[in-house]
Amino acid sequence: MRMMPLAVLPWRSLLLAAVTLFGVAVISFVLLRVVPGDPIAMMIAPGASAADIAQLRASYGLDRSIAVQFLIWLGHAITGDFGTSISMRQDVVHLIAARLPATIELTLLALVIALILGIGTAVLSTLSRRRLVGSAIDNSNGVLLAVPDFVWALAFVVLFGVALPVLPISGRVDPRLSIDFATSFILMESLARLHFDIALDVLAHMIMPALALALPLAAVILRVLKGALEAEAHQDYALLARIRGKSRLRVTLEETLRNALVPTLALTGVQFTFMFGGTVIVERIFAYPGIGNLAIDAVINRDLPLIQGLILTFGLIFILINLAVEASFGLLNPRLRHG
Amino acid sequence: MVEHRLAEPTATIAPHAIGKPSRRRLSGLSLLLREPRVLLAGGFLLLLLAAAIVAPAVAPHDPLEQDLMLNTLPPAWDSEAEPGYLLGTDSLGRDVLSRLIYGGRVAFTVAIVAALAAGVIGTALGLVAGYFGGWVDAAISRVIDIWMAFPPVLLSILLVAVIGTGVTSVILAIVVIDWTRFCRVVRSETLQQAKMEYVDAAVTLGTGRWRILLKEILPNVLPVVVVLLSLEMGIAVIVEAVLSFVGLSVSSDTPTWGGMIAEGRQIIYQAWWVLVFPLVLLFATVLAFNQLGDGIRRLTDPVLRR
Repeated sequence: MRMMPLAVLPWRSLLLAAVTLFGVAVISFVLLRVVPGDPIAMMIAPGASAADIAQLRASYGLDRSIAVQFLIWLGHAITGDFGTSISMRQDVVHLIAARLPATIELTLLALVIALILGIGTAVLSTLSRRRLVGSAIDNSNGVLLAVPDFVWALAFVVLFGVALPVLPISGRVDPRLSIDFATSFILMESLARLHFDIALDVLAHMIMPALALALPLAAVILRVLKGALEAEAHQDYALLARIRGKSRLRVTLEETLRNALVPTLALTGVQFTFMFGGTVIVERIFAYPGIGNLAIDAVINRDLPLIQGLILTFGLIFILINLAVEASFGLLNPRLRHG
Repeated sequence: MVEHRLAEPTATIAPHAIGKPSRRRLSGLSLLLREPRVLLAGGFLLLLLAAAIVAPAVAPHDPLEQDLMLNTLPPAWDSEAEPGYLLGTDSLGRDVLSRLIYGGRVAFTVAIVAALAAGVIGTALGLVAGYFGGWVDAAISRVIDIWMAFPPVLLSILLVAVIGTGVTSVILAIVVIDWTRFCRVVRSETLQQAKMEYVDAAVTLGTGRWRILLKEILPNVLPVVVVLLSLEMGIAVIVEAVLSFVGLSVSSDTPTWGGMIAEGRQIIYQAWWVLVFPLVLLFATVLAFNQLGDGIRRLTDPVLRR
């Protein structure tokens, strides 16, 4: 596959990303409009006359065709107006903006944990001379790959929340410790403002959901990276380095790891988007106030404006991650920069 | 990108994995014994399935019968346990063991129906795309790319929001999302098979294209599909549990493992067993489907068999 030079890459990709996001908007808008059940029925007072209902319907543009409705919605959306949440009676953008930082902090922490665990065990298992260590890692990884974040999260609740109650099992920060935060990135803010007691409490709340999200990803990283490391170790440059007397450890760290990381990171990007999907259920289990938890409430309450806003938010996040992965290819692998 | 495809979690089957397995060697019991996990995992799943089917006969209690006098009873080995309630009771005094057995009904219904439907649709489209190529292949591949852009959990929640809750919606959501898993693998497998000599031979003999596809290629692709089916059933069990955990699956008076886990999560400090038993069973079931799939893959893989 021919790759565009790095300088050209963003333009093409950005255009494609915009088209994808528009597609997500159209599909979710149409899907949500064919929902059985009338959004107006939820808003009218009992005993409203047919004329009242018709007037209300017209005031929301619901008497027009779906294409016209979409254009009206798009016009508002471009100016940053995604309507008002039906169940919470608040501005959708405001609601999402208040919750999104919690999810971003959680997934970034999970990503860091997954990379450390995955890369660490892959290098360890490649280097281990004893067959036992390598095959022990392989076998347990087979089991780990089968365990989803949902099961991890609940197992942690039981183990470290109840059986050995060392960690809090719900929320994001102990309300007694909470201060007036200027942003919703409370982990980063408390660190920046040197409130280490608060940062520690926030971390204590985050560590179980973050681990639950990280472990399945770490298992995938381990499997792919290990395969890539083994393949690279048989390449001429690695053999040459060995002949020149470099130890296996140094060859791995200085020569092969860098090349083996390219396919691994490509996959990590794809899996990272899945992790954002996983926040939906993990945040629910830990009553963590992020957008995943909000999404479930929105669906249970059939809160259409909020669902629509959240789908676009998730869509935007996925697209941004994919762009970042694409850009990182060029940085990591110089060969791809030239067509 | 080759690495990319190799790396995907569903593509655990090596591209060269399936040749033309000889039936005679496959059927040998000695082969099954070489992969004991197929017997173990398969036996465990069959046991669960059988218990779910004859639930009224084997469950010690009515799973819906409430007795507030007997609420949150601990499991049998606890000194405060009540005889007859082996795994204790929940906050409404319902027997946990009986609810686990009945919960298997929803889990297995969703697993079997959803996996089979996704398998049939995905395999059919994958065969057609892989064998006929051209614009058919281009169209199907494009649809898959768009499909993959949606993360599965989010898509399933969106779908349930659109079509409403219930077992049918859960099954539909799984099929709509996961047919691509089958389609991608079967397509690439078909591409490989179509280049083989036995296909050329069939063409030379004047066999029709559809006949070649169904009589020659399909039997050789089938082992991969069986492996994927097993893995897909594990995924379906999890998706059903997740959706009933958040209250988007069946109505709350039908016992489900996910629903029990949700109730257990709320009374975790008073009665841990309401959460732990369904969680362990869920984990064991998913692991069994996974090991079964992996075992079948090893049994049918001529490279690994050596």
